[in-house]
This record gives sequence, C-alpha cells and structure tokens, in this order.
Amino acid sequence: MPRLTLTINNRSVSARRGESILSAARRSGSDIPTLCNLGGLIPAGACRVCLVEVAGYPRPVPACATRAEQGMVVTTDTERLTAARRMIVELLLAERNHSCAVCVMNQHCQLQDLAARLGIDHVRFAFISPLAGVDISHERFGIDHNRCILCRRCVRVCDEIEGAHTWDVDGRGAASRIICDLAQPWGTSATCTGCGKCVQACPTGALFEKDAPTKKATIDMERLSEWRRSRK
Amino acid sequence: MKTPEPKNEKPTVCGGGLKISVCLGSPCLASGAEGVLRALREAWGEKPIAVIGTGCMGPCSRGPMIRIERDGYPTAYYERMTPQAACTTVAAYLAGAAPEQGRLAPDFPFIALQTRVVLEQCGRIDPCDLNSARAAGGYRALAHAIGKMTPEQICCEIGASGLRGRGGGGYPTGTKWELVRAASGRRKYVVANGDEGDPGAFMDRTLMESDPHRLLEGMAIAGYAVGARDGFIFVRGEYPLAAQRLGAAIVDAGKAGLLGRNILGSGFSFRIRLRIGAGAFVCGEETALMASVMGRRGQPVIRPPYPAQRGLWGSSTLINNVETFGCIAPIIRNGAAWFRSVGTPGNSGTKVFSISGDVATEGVLEVPLGTPLRELLAMAGGVSGGSFKAAQTGGASGGCIPASHMDVPVDYESLKGLGTIMGSGGLIVMNDQRCMTDVARFFMHFCQDESCGKCAPCRTGTQQAARLLDRIAAGEATSDDISQLEQLCRFMRETSLCGLGMAAPTPVLSTLRWFREEYENHVRDRRCPAGVCAMEGTPCRD
Repeated sequence: MPRLTLTINNRSVSARRGESILSAARRSGSDIPTLCNLGGLIPAGACRVCLVEVAGYPRPVPACATRAEQGMVVTTDTERLTAARRMIVELLLAERNHSCAVCVMNQHCQLQDLAARLGIDHVRFAFISPLAGVDISHERFGIDHNRCILCRRCVRVCDEIEGAHTWDVDGRGAASRIICDLAQPWGTSATCTGCGKCVQACPTGALFEKDAPTKKATIDMERLSEWRRSRK
Repeated sequence: MKTPEPKNEKPTVCGGGLKISVCLGSPCLASGAEGVLRALREAWGEKPIAVIGTGCMGPCSRGPMIRIERDGYPTAYYERMTPQAACTTVAAYLAGAAPEQGRLAPDFPFIALQTRVVLEQCGRIDPCDLNSARAAGGYRALAHAIGKMTPEQICCEIGASGLRGRGGGGYPTGTKWELVRAASGRRKYVVANGDEGDPGAFMDRTLMESDPHRLLEGMAIAGYAVGARDGFIFVRGEYPLAAQRLGAAIVDAGKAGLLGRNILGSGFSFRIRLRIGAGAFVCGEETALMASVMGRRGQPVIRPPYPAQRGLWGSSTLINNVETFGCIAPIIRNGAAWFRSVGTPGNSGTKVFSISGDVATEGVLEVPLGTPLRELLAMAGGVSGGSFKAAQTGGASGGCIPASHMDVPVDYESLKGLGTIMGSGGLIVMNDQRCMTDVARFFMHFCQDESCGKCAPCRTGTQQAARLLDRIAAGEATSDDISQLEQLCRFMRETSLCGLGMAAPTPVLSTLRWFREEYENHVRDRRCPAGVCAMEGTPCRD
C-alpha cells in the first residue's frame, strides 16, 4: 500500500493514499469534530463541522471528504475554525426545536455533545421554531423532524448499506424534509425493512426507537460537569 | 407554450429590395410581436416582400421591434410596433417614404455601439430556419474544424484566444478543454450550461432563442476537440421558447448531417440532447447541474473531483456556459489573434450583458471586455427616474458598483477588486430612489429560497441573514444586528459547500461596503433614506 506523509497540527503523519484528512488526523491524535460523517458511508461534506485549514488553499476544506496529499500542511484547530464550528452548531440549534429536556437522546446526542465541546452556552440567533412534524406511524420507530439536522446519515445508510433507499429528502433549503418513500407515513412504507440502521445512524433524537429511550436517559454526572466547565 | 412559426416562406429579398424583420424573442413576443408578424404577413403575404421572424435585436424594453432594410435606404429600426403601426410604416416605405414615427435614430447607441461577436446573427437570421443560419455562415467553423484541424490544434487555438468562462468564473476555456481532451476514458461528455438563474440575466436566453445553431456548432466543435460523442444542453424550465427552438434546431441539424452520426462525412459523430430544468437556481452550479442531467436531485457535491476528472456517469465532462460556446465558432473562423485583439489583455473578446432596471433602454448589449461601466450606461440611454446610485453585477451572487466607481472597466479582475463579480452578465441599474438595504434583503431572500439545503451554513445561514435583514428593514434592528449580519455573511462565504452558499452573502457584504450609512440610518434613526422600507413609528413620509 503506497503511503504518504503530511503534517497535521505541526506533527508529521503518515497516511494511506486515498485516505481522508479526517482519518489520518484521528489516527495521529487530533480529534476533529464531525456531525454528518459516519464511518462506512460515503462522505457528504455537508455539515461543515469538520472544516480544516490546509496551507495554500484559499478556504477551509471538509476533513471527511478531502483526501490527504503528500506534503499537505493541515491545521485543525485555529480560532477561525472554532468560530466557524460554533456558528454552525448555533445555527443548527436555532433552525428547529432542539428541546433537550424532552428529547429521547438527551445526554447521548452528538449535537448536544458538540455544543458542549465547543463551549456554547447561548445561541446568538433567533429561534426559527418551525412546526416540522412527527411521524410515529411505524410500529417500532418514530421520526421527529423537529430534532432533525438534515445530516442525511439516515438517507445514506439506508441507501448505501441497507440498499433499501427508503429515506430521501423532499423540498429544498429551509423547507427540506426527510421523507419516507413517496412522502408517505413511515408505517405505510413498502420498502422499509425495519432494520433500524437509520435509527442507529441518527446523531440526534430525530429517529428513535419507541419506548427504548428511557433506558438510555440516565443522568451522567460526568457529562453534567462537562457542561458546567464549558460554561466557564 | 404556443409560439408563432417564423419559418420563411419567401426568404429571398425582393419587392424593391424591401426586407422586414420582426423580432420574435421572448420580450418582443410578450409585447405583441406575434400580432405584428401576422398583420404584416396578411397584408403583404401575396406581394413580394420578405417578412421574416428573427431573434432578438437588442433593445428589449422597446419591443415589438422591427427592422426594415431596403436598397438605397439606411437600415431602420422601429420600436413599440403595433400591427397597425407596422402596416402603416411598411406601406409608407412602399410609397417611397421612411416615416419618423417610432423610428430609432440611425446612431441609436444601444444598437450602433455594440460589438457583436456572439450575437452577430441574433436579430438577423430566422432562428427556426437552418438555411438562414447556414447562409449567414453557420456551421462553417464546424466544417473547418473537423476537416482541417486536429483536436489538439483546436484546444490550442481556444487557449491562445484567451477565452475565459462566460458563466462568471472566468476560468480559461482552453485549459478546461485540454484537461478533458487529455483525460482517459472511452466516454466523454460535453454539457452546455443554460440554467441562467440570476435575477436580471437573460443573455443566454437571447442566444438560445435567436441563434440556437451557434450553440450547437460550438458544442460540436468542443465534442470533436475533447473526444466526446454526446452532448447535453441544460436549459432552465423557465425558458420554454429557448428549449423549443433548440429542440427544433437539433432535429434540423441532424437531418442536414451537421449533428448525429458521421458529421459531414468525416466519421465524427456527436449527438446533442436537451435537458429541461425543473426550476432550481442551484442547478447552475456545475455539479448540481450534472446531477440533474443524470436524473438525480439537483444538488451540488464536493469538488474535487472536478467534472473534467469525474463528471456525468463517472466520465470526464466538459461543462461550459452557453455564451462560451457561442464564442467558439468566431474564434475558429477568424483565429485566436483576432479574438485577442478585441477586449483587453487577459480579458479578450466580448461579453454580453443584459442591462435592466432604471435605464432608458433595457435589453441585451454586447461590448468588448474592459468597456467602462459608464459607457455601458450611456449606451443604454442613461439612468432613468433619478441619478445613478449603483449597478448590481452578477445577480444574487454579485455585488454592486457605486457611483464613485462608474469608470471601472468591466472585466473579471476589476470587478473582483470592487468586491463583486462579472457573473453571467446581468447588470441591474439602480437610481437614487432605491434602498440598498432592501436590495440586499431581496437577494438574501432569493438565496434562502434557492438554497438546496444540503450544507448547514447555506441552509441555515441564509435563513438567519434574511431574518436580520427583515429586522433592519422593519426598523427593529440594533447596531449589534449589523455586526452579526456581517459576521454571519463572512462565515457563509468561507464555509459553504458550493458557489451558491459562498456567493449568497456577496450582495450584503457589498452593500455594507459601499452603503454602510444606509444600514445605520435604518438602525440608528429608524429611517429609510430612500423611503422604500416601510417602518412603523417613523415620522410621516411624503
């Protein structure tokens, strides 16, 4: 396997040809935050949380979808990047209704974790609060669009791994909605195999297993202290 | 959509050499050109006068336009024709007079000062008649290219001409062609981007409606040069007439052996198919356009790989703007050196602009690159309804040029230096009655509606920016909101996935740069200096 060498955060890192910056960075101990990325899926580069700076490039690039190149000089943690990441997470929090208190994924949510990690203690933007709708017509699962951040991990896992392509996206921009088959209730889907991969892939509580969440939601003191620390 | 059939029955010029052309472009049709053509044909159908329907003559806001050519008389253009007025005018001509009513001055700057290269045959030929196009030199460059030149020579010639992408990016066309030509793979594609979505842009429509064969010829030369056998034209769904005329042109050219299998007996085959957009601005972005051509949801994917590396169905693909393809035939016919002699160094050739807004004459102008903005305005008859305030270039992805920079030469680099872009060529002129905050707000709402929703910065950023601008327009904002808006816009420009999101904040950043005090008036004094934004609790305005 041909290998190449690049510099990530001033450390020389070896990578396989074709490997992403993200994967090389993680191996070398630089933890780049991600949201829409999920190992095993084709990277979408859509959430822009994993943006990194590469010397000589005019603008930051997504680490998940950019290949490591010989001699590349990558910085993953600059002030500019942190500010951009905070901005993205704040915008996502303001886009729909992320009410952690009543969310099935409270304490297990990647969006929440990311907010904590970035030290977000308030949101600068107006909460848009659309009525995005809930579909609990499926026997075992439910989807709450209010908690959806449109990362499309469910769409991709269903298409690329399960091969069912039950999920897709309807509408565009702010009106984008994850839809089931031909925009029909999940319970009536003819293609859904009920495998639950989408539920596993969802970074927030948008896709959930009915009745299961209460088991997850144990109070995690460590995380609570993390929240508290980040406020300072 | 039902459109008139401008096919010529009597293409020859007779009847004392009287030849009447009626513009059948979309703007003239909308103002009644069809009736004018019908009336003229009914009145003189029996008599030997050539009455032909052509494409756009330029001054769109003065339609329906007709042109009268007669031996011994200067060519005359008549504006705002009604069926009756047209018949009266022609009758006067037959009687040996040249009536003044509705006639544009012989040196009418909008027409007289143009340098037509891409649009040279627009308004002269019948777009629905292949013979008319061929008589005017159409497909001669294709025959020359296939017969006398190698693909390498063509790419070289295009490179030497200094032609740059007319879609707005300004990427050297020759380099792009050479990349695709050199790419490996058995299948390659050529795609024409006719998804002209910017508000205020209608240059590509003009070319597609008025001289569709010019586009087909350019694409076929490109196909030969890069080694592609298939081409697609992506026309936006809002251009039914362009799609209809292109479709008919493809069929005609195929029948004449100018497209399809074994073109002109050379062994080179090239097929062109039409793809009609479904109404998404983002499909003007090349990766989204390709997704749409392939029948997928029109949304961008990350580049690299660039289309030249991996495009349609994984094959190397050449994507150029419609106007870029329109430049190809003249370059092949007249040579790269001639093309370079037009325009300025580094910005060779001409650019088509669609000028609209507060000007005396709205329409389509073609001028050498590097022509000062002031001259463009003068050609359009100057600013109407007030004094010049700003001109928006590049539509929703561009910025504005204030009065202090009216002498800027309009080329890629100069516009970039002013924080705007050339864009595809839409030029919206605004007088002092316009509120720049309101302009920025309009474009941000446009981008919010057109965002595909894939990447977070564009989808959510445009929503929040539009809200902030709404607050400013309503007189509810604080000075904090302006800095937040600025921050948000810089963030979107840096982090969005595709060109739409990167460029969406440009109108805001540009108006903030040149007209910041107007924003401050809205916030601090709760007053709209231009009197456009309705604010509650403000003192009564006139």
